[in-house]
This record gives sequence, C-alpha cells and structure tokens, in this order.
Amino acid sequence: MTLISRRAALAGATGLLVAGCDKITTSPTVRKVLTLGEKATLSSQKLVTGPNTLAPEFTRADLSPRFRVNGNRMPASADYAAHMASGFVDWKLVIGGLVARPVAMSLAQLKSAPQRTQITRHDCVEGWSAIGEWTGVPLALLLRHVGVSANAKYVVFHCADDFSGTPFYESIDMVEAFHPQTILAHTMNRQPLSVGHGAPIRLRAERQLGYKQAKYVMKIEAVASLDGIYGGKGGYWEDHSGYQWNAGI
Amino acid sequence: MAVIEATEAPQDTEQVDPRTLVYRTRLPVRLWHWINALSILVMMMSGATIFNAHPRLYWGTYGANFDEPWLVIGRRGQEGFLNLAGLEIPTTGFLGFTENSIRAFPPLVTIPNYYSLAEGRQWHFFFAWVLVISAALYLLYSLFSKHLSRDLALQAHERKLSHLWQDLKDHARLRFPAGDAARAYNPLQKIAYLGVIFVLIPLVVLTGLTMSPMLNAAFPWLLDIFGGRQSARSIHFLCATGFGVFILVHLLMVVLAGPLNELRSMVTGWYRLPAVRLEDLS
Repeated sequence: MTLISRRAALAGATGLLVAGCDKITTSPTVRKVLTLGEKATLSSQKLVTGPNTLAPEFTRADLSPRFRVNGNRMPASADYAAHMASGFVDWKLVIGGLVARPVAMSLAQLKSAPQRTQITRHDCVEGWSAIGEWTGVPLALLLRHVGVSANAKYVVFHCADDFSGTPFYESIDMVEAFHPQTILAHTMNRQPLSVGHGAPIRLRAERQLGYKQAKYVMKIEAVASLDGIYGGKGGYWEDHSGYQWNAGI
Repeated sequence: MAVIEATEAPQDTEQVDPRTLVYRTRLPVRLWHWINALSILVMMMSGATIFNAHPRLYWGTYGANFDEPWLVIGRRGQEGFLNLAGLEIPTTGFLGFTENSIRAFPPLVTIPNYYSLAEGRQWHFFFAWVLVISAALYLLYSLFSKHLSRDLALQAHERKLSHLWQDLKDHARLRFPAGDAARAYNPLQKIAYLGVIFVLIPLVVLTGLTMSPMLNAAFPWLLDIFGGRQSARSIHFLCATGFGVFILVHLLMVVLAGPLNELRSMVTGWYRLPAVRLEDLS
C-alpha cells in the first residue's frame, strides 16, 4: 500500500518546482540580468533602423473593418467632460518644457498646420493588430515651431485619462519625436477622432507598439531626463506594469 | 534474416557484442545542445505567457477581437476549449480552464508562473539573444569543424528512398542501430536535427523579428515573405508547436534508446555502442 498517492506526490513535486520557479522569477538579480536583453534590443534596433525609415503604409482596401478601442474609453475628469460637451472648442494643447517658445494651441490651429495622412498598422503589446487611417500634424513641425532645446532627450505626453487616479503619460525619444510618421492625430478613418480612440488628439508613433500611442494628449513636455516624472520609467505602463520603455518590439 | 541458434553463435564475442565506449559528441556540440535546450524551453514557456495576452491567431496583416481567427484557446464558464478553424475541442483541465487558471496556458507551463505579460516579454527577449547568439556560434563551428557535413548531412546512400523507408520501418518497430552502426546518427535522426537547425530555428527567429514594429520599418520584406504581421505571429506559434513535438519525440527516443547512455553521451561525449541483437546477425 502506498502512503503517498501518486497524485499527491505529483502535486508535491509540482509545488516544489513552482516554488523554485517563483524564486527565480522574483529575484532582483535575475530581473537585472534580464534587462540586459532589453538594452541589447534597443541598441541593435537603432543600429539597423535609420532615423527616418518609415513604418509600412497600407491602402484603404487594407483597413480593419472594425478598429477596436483599447485602454481607457473615456477620461473621468470633469474638465474633460466639459471639453467633450463643447466639442473641444476651448481645449488647448500645451507645449512646454525645454523649448524656447512655449505655446498653447487650439484644435483649429493644429488643424490649420500642414497635415500628414497615413494608413498604418497598430500593434498592441498583447499581440493583435488593426489598420487605421490617421490624419494629423507632424510632431516635428510643432517641436521646430516651439524651438525645442538641443538638451531635450525625450518628449513626454501628459494625458487627460487616468487609471484609478494615476494619470496616464508616455514618452518617446527625439529620434521617434522627429520621425516623419510621428503625428498628433485628430482624424481617424476620415472622421474626427472618437472619444474611445483618444479625442481630441492622440499620438501616432508608428514604429512603436500600441501603449506608446497616447490618447487624450493635453500637454507635451520636452525633457532632458525621465527621472522625477511620475515613476521615472517613462510611461504609465512602464511604471506600473513593468512594460519596457522601448516599445519597438 | 537468418536466425542463429544459440549454439551456433560465433565464438568471437567482439563481433557480437562490441559494447565499446566511443567519443561521439564533441564539447561545442554538447554545450550548444544544453544552452539551446534551456533557451527553447524558456522561450516556449514565456511565449505561452505572451500568447495568453491574446489567445487568438489570425492570417494576414491585421487581426483583433472583431476579426476571424483560425485558432482560439478560450473558455466558456468553467469549460476550456480549443477552436481550430471552427472545430471545437474540449480542453478543460489542460487549456483555457484549469483548477487554478482561466488563461489559455496554465501557470505550470508559463514563465513567470503567474500572468505578467511584461515579465514574460523580458524573459522571451533575453533568451531570444541567447538562442540567436548560441545558434550562430554553433552553426559556424558546425561548418568549420565539418560536424555538419560529417555527422548531420545525409550520406549518398541514406538519401535513397528505399533506405529512408527501411529506417522508418525500423523506427516504427523500435529497432535502433546497434554496434558500429550506432557510431553515427541514423537518417531520420539527422533529418529531425537538420529540421530543427535549418527550418524551425531560422523560421521562429525570422517570424519573431517580423512582429517587431521597429524592424518592420528596417526590413519590410520580412512582412512580404510571411504575408503580414498576424501571419508571422501564427507561423511563430506553429514553430513553437513544432519544437514541442520535436522535444516530445526526442525525449521518447532518448528513453527508448537507453536514457543513461544517451544522457552520458550528451554530458561527457562518451557513448556506449548498443549491443547487436543476436537475431540481427546474418
């Protein structure tokens, strides 16, 4: 007669294995070593991808029949509700930080600047993809307009939405910021950007995953370092879920 | 095949039972085998975590919740299922729904053993470097040391269909090469290893790179080769399934061929030639 059933032995062995795995995956040293891979990936991507190399663009025949909404569907703030009610006529995009001439621009002003339209693929970090048509102002134009400082290393996007009270924000480096396909989109599939997709404007940085495509952008800030901005890792998901800052993979 | 009576067995035991130790696997190959085994295992388990974030696969460029998938691992209440192009297979207890998970792949086979897409990606992308660098070094070694042409490439006589058919029949009867014939890999074994080295590994690496939006800008032709990002993701998953099948068969063969002897040969390089079966002597 066996005192320990095979099932119990299996469960026990599995338990030990799981506990061992837990110890490895939660060890700070292991986590530090793993970030080496992240650094190697970012450097080699920069090495093989020119600063102005374009993400693939598609035709209207390739558009996703239905482009799903992801992340927050509507910012919770009263301020945003008021802007939404008035059709964003009083809304202004603030551009500041390390710039010579900080500005606050209305939606009409943004729309009267030179525009770029692109049909691109949106890739969520989870694995799905959707194709949409975006129209907006190239960020490079705005950054030149405000005279961004040579000391600026990142552009931070402060957004109107939050997760349980923690504001959403994201950041990209200057190469992505000046990339020709990096636009502040106000139009999607030839319609004004819906609230679900980030009205009045959202970022499109086409060589990055979906979590970089900040919606409900209220303020753009040029900075020399990400330290001291919220959790210091360059974005809400980076601070709170450990997503890599480099969203090119 | 001649049946030899025990009394008629040759006196020369060397010929019947050449259970000699031979040095069969050199150090670089052994090293790569274990590094590769570890990276493939970590890649598959962390890949399962990443798959859990969106357990649906599509063909083409785009594919999301409102589009038609060809494979879904999901659950309905307390029932797990795998849907393959409309054919639903119940998988409760294994996939989709288990006692302690409602994800597609249960925590027993994922890294980390809880759901964290961010951590799964960290593991996946770190070991991707280990896999690629070690495979590249192994390939260089194999070319220059002639490991590839001498040990892995099929010899002229092995490429004959009749020979392959015989090898297939021998495998099906679980009759493995013995004696001097066991000094080299057999044809099916060579084909399996070549398939991993020259088909599965390159394909899994290239489809992995094709999923990177930054590299899509650098190498847009990758998208053309695989028919879009979602197709690349599907092929990536099929490659992982291929690795799973290879590992199962590989381990089964190791067990059937003598696990201790096989394990020793992959650790120390020394392999004891299996005894020639009496009935095989003719």
